Amino acid sequence: MIQQILFFIVLAGAGYLIAKRVGFIRSTISLGKKAEINDCKDERLRNVLLVAFGQKKMFKKFVPAFLHLFVYVGFLVINLEVLEFIIDGLAGTHRIFAPNLGGFYTALMNMFEFLAVAVLLACVVFLIRRNILRTKRLNLPDLAKWPRMDANIILFTEIILMIAILTMNATDQVLQSRNDHYTPTGSLFFSSFLLPLFQNMETGVLIIIERFAWWFHIIGILAFAVYVTYSKHLHIFLAFPNTYFAKLEPKGKMTNMPVVTNEVKSMLGLADANATPTTVEPGRFGAKDVNDLTWNNLMAAYSCTECGRCTEQCPANITGKKLSPRKIMMDTRDRMEDVGKSLQKGGPGLNDGKTLLNDYITKEEINACTSCNACVEACPVLINPLEIILELRRYVAMEESGAPPSWNSMFQNIETSFAPWKFSPSDRFNWSKES
Amino acid sequence: MNVPTVADLAAKGESPEILFWVGCAGSYDDRYKRVTKAFVKILNAVNIKFAVLGTEESCTGDPARRAGNEFLFQMQAMSNIQVLNGYGIRKIVTACPHCFNTIKNEYAELGGNYEVIHHSAFLQQLINEGKIKLEGGGSFKGKKITYHDSCFLGRANNIYEAPRAVLEALDADLVEMKRCRTTGLCCGAGGAQMFKDAEKGKKEINIERTEEALATGASTIAVACPFCMTMMSDGVKNKERESDVKVKDLAELIAEAKGLN
Repeated sequence: MIQQILFFIVLAGAGYLIAKRVGFIRSTISLGKKAEINDCKDERLRNVLLVAFGQKKMFKKFVPAFLHLFVYVGFLVINLEVLEFIIDGLAGTHRIFAPNLGGFYTALMNMFEFLAVAVLLACVVFLIRRNILRTKRLNLPDLAKWPRMDANIILFTEIILMIAILTMNATDQVLQSRNDHYTPTGSLFFSSFLLPLFQNMETGVLIIIERFAWWFHIIGILAFAVYVTYSKHLHIFLAFPNTYFAKLEPKGKMTNMPVVTNEVKSMLGLADANATPTTVEPGRFGAKDVNDLTWNNLMAAYSCTECGRCTEQCPANITGKKLSPRKIMMDTRDRMEDVGKSLQKGGPGLNDGKTLLNDYITKEEINACTSCNACVEACPVLINPLEIILELRRYVAMEESGAPPSWNSMFQNIETSFAPWKFSPSDRFNWSKES
Repeated sequence: MNVPTVADLAAKGESPEILFWVGCAGSYDDRYKRVTKAFVKILNAVNIKFAVLGTEESCTGDPARRAGNEFLFQMQAMSNIQVLNGYGIRKIVTACPHCFNTIKNEYAELGGNYEVIHHSAFLQQLINEGKIKLEGGGSFKGKKITYHDSCFLGRANNIYEAPRAVLEALDADLVEMKRCRTTGLCCGAGGAQMFKDAEKGKKEINIERTEEALATGASTIAVACPFCMTMMSDGVKNKERESDVKVKDLAELIAEAKGLN
């Protein structure tokens, strides 16, 4: 009975923390500008199925994709077992499904064990890639300190959780032959390898180990679920909505600014006299801070798992410039978190004297972008760092007139000569007379 | 070389089947003017009723928009659209992927709806329709050519195969760089980089790309964009390989193979 009450408290506590954190994330995402995205539902669902569920873009790199697939399927499938954990925990039963499912239960458990071993091995390889082989994209300067630690914590935790499952099953199998309370599960292939470790132990010790592993696994999973909401690992949930809301138009198309269209039309005398006044909020031109970006740009920042496939492909980054598309997403998320935390404490929030541009992302970074879309193409969950970069540039050019001097000259050339270079417009057709 | 303007045709009460949008580089840049002329020669050779805007053409606004100046972009876009719509233009071909992307994808929201086609796809069509015939591949037969993907054609608009199909018609030995198609490396000039110096770094992007192109052993680097043309040509010069490696646009290669020069 005490175990049941304790379990209930742990479960409710984790539920409370997760709900609170989800509420916080929702509130920071809603700092962003509204944008209606409800077109082409079929195509959007297709993206979710192919890219998020089907991991299509991951398979551009086969080895990590294959290993990641194990962790991903393991996560989805092993969590079915958590259902049994929760029922057992609350009802005070032990392996409640075992007697009812019979041979199917044995098959299920064996599949879980296979996945547990696969997840374990994949995570070990991932740790080796990160820390020993030092895969380049996982060791770039934009991942210094916390992000690197965060990744290692996640991998390490997954390994420990898988060891807990296997230990639990091994001790359980020994106990099944000694005590009626332990419902026969049938032979479990992978954990059977651990039997020699436990076979000669006393029943009392085994019960303690089994219980410890059970509690460790379920508390570990709940703690992990809470931790995920604070870490880069949120992609396991947000990859789905992020692929749904991703841009469907050609990558080369920039978002239009209807506010500017209205002004330009009236300047050129093209404005429709009968047009109803537009409902577009005036606001800033471009983006200086997170509230100038759209909510889906902000959700994308939470969907980023910092894999660095974008930065690895970025021509500016490859040639040693400061720009890193991954850092653009991480900075956006950091800024949202800082603003959200400040608001939570009744602080100034967005008016804390800092802004996304300058205090998190510098002009040097955004100016280096060639808008080549390599980062957009590379992202396995369809995040678009280029949209953010271009919005920041719009702010700099239009609100601050702070574009680099050569760009200002280019603007001037277009205004006066209708070409980005300083040539006379009357010479434009001279080529036809040359041989 | 016969280059009618839309105004000339309009004066005769005629309109072109297709408008050739020359672009600023195609009009003013000495190197890219050669591409413009090569393309016109092809259009003349296949007897297509085309026209250009001549001095009525003006920058699409692409570099201004990518550099953040939306006002200037829309001013340019609106006045171009006024001119195009005024002449009732329906179909446009251009040799510049930046003009192509802007007119095709970004003018519609501002009132300019046209069928826009890049010259790579246009040339491919002419080849497929048998209007351009390259018997025996001409002077490029068996020569190593590598194609550098333009970002604004490739990733931006998913055009990867048309330029390659044009090169294959030359019967050349098409060799790919390691980074090609969806992972093609930018030449470094997109996003208005053409019009300013690069930020501080350890290397210029065009040098990185040129090294990759040279490593294929190709004697011709084929491009399909005026900015790529400049960047790759500069890269080849920097590597002191201008004597044995040529940077050429698709239209130039076809014109050359057809003996139109």
